[in-house]
Amino acid sequence: MPINLDTQGLITISQLKETRTKKVNLSKGEVVLLDCWAKIALAEKGVEYEPELRTCLGAKSDLLLKSNPIYKKVPVLLHDGKPLCESTVIVNYIDETWPSPPLLPSCASERAKARFWADFIDKKVIDAVCNIWKSKGKVPGTAKNEFIEILKQLVGALGEKDFFGGDSFGFVDVIAIPLTCWFYAVEKFGGFKVENECMQRETVARILPDPEKVCEFVIMLRNMFGIEQ
Amino acid sequence: MAEVKLHGGWASPFSNKVVWALKLKGIPYEYIEEDLYNKSASLLKYNPVHKMIPVLVHGEKPVCESMVILEYIEEMWPQNPSLMPSDPYDRAQARFWIKFAEDKGVAVWKMFFSTGQVLENAMKAALEMLQTVEKHGLGEKKFFNGDNIGLADLAFGAIAYWLQVLEDVMGVKLFESHKFPSLHEWFENFRKVPVIEENLPNQHEMVIAFKRRRETLVTSA
Repeated sequence: MPINLDTQGLITISQLKETRTKKVNLSKGEVVLLDCWAKIALAEKGVEYEPELRTCLGAKSDLLLKSNPIYKKVPVLLHDGKPLCESTVIVNYIDETWPSPPLLPSCASERAKARFWADFIDKKVIDAVCNIWKSKGKVPGTAKNEFIEILKQLVGALGEKDFFGGDSFGFVDVIAIPLTCWFYAVEKFGGFKVENECMQRETVARILPDPEKVCEFVIMLRNMFGIEQ
Repeated sequence: MAEVKLHGGWASPFSNKVVWALKLKGIPYEYIEEDLYNKSASLLKYNPVHKMIPVLVHGEKPVCESMVILEYIEEMWPQNPSLMPSDPYDRAQARFWIKFAEDKGVAVWKMFFSTGQVLENAMKAALEMLQTVEKHGLGEKKFFNGDNIGLADLAFGAIAYWLQVLEDVMGVKLFESHKFPSLHEWFENFRKVPVIEENLPNQHEMVIAFKRRRETLVTSA
């Protein structure tokens, strides 16, 4: 039985088939940011799924509110009916439940480094991205500088490696990559350019929304919040 | 075993969580008290990103961020006692609450640094955090980790203990037993765990130190 992506980014796993299938039906017409983490992690594990994407705005389903009563938002993973919430918690769970191929390194100190950078991205990058697209009028220099400084830290952590995980795509890469599809919107509203070579990986390229679509989504959000003039 | 060192602060909730984990596991370590207004070259070398305590150094390899350190300690020394459940789903639940404590506990620290409307908002957020944990956190369990304390208990234990200190410093009352009976009972059990009881920093001394710092913050605002 495949995984069904329910409304608003819920993923229900009833039975899993561990295959290396590439068969996925994905619609890139709608932008759902926050469940990309879980989808990329599952895809890396070779799990077949057929998502039905819905927009992440609009009325929240009873299932979502029941599954995540504390935050009332996506992402939510349902495994045999049991809910899991929060992106890093979900990706950790996926890695522990389906250990092959591993997303976290085997060495404890490298695992700590991976958790450190995942925590850094979770705490710093999302807020920095929001500070730019939520700005009314000209984006303050402080917001731009903060975003650039954060990116420099991440570039420093990546160094000469292909992935944060070293030779293989790993935990931090899963956490970092969905945010890269927002860089185009950040560039447009922030007035600067970010080099983005992350879209080449197959699991990423087929899962992440088109950056142009993300930009349209951001314009819609800005109108909703009364930011767009 | 490679040498373990902890760069910490005696009055820091983040640093004390790591002390509790090390003591619970009986891991010998060297403690280095950092002057947060004059940070050591070692600290800046080991934590160039955040430049903050705590930092655990194990055989010259640094680990930063308190909850990352706690997971590292649990992985390196998984026995005696185990501080995380063994079942992946229960581990995910523990990690959810640990993250909640980190994300929402910020309101408590924010109270200390705020005045006026910002302070009011921080107090409101802190109350909401307590209400959520009271309603959803423990269920029927004695501790977040079940019958014995675990990493999630350390995360919330730090918040509860330091909240009591800040209530005293700022003359406010948030964590009231009649409003949060389940959390209060949990906290009394937490404080009575022998290793925790023996390793709680002196509340009276913290109140004095924090009051002095608060006066400086408020007058310079």
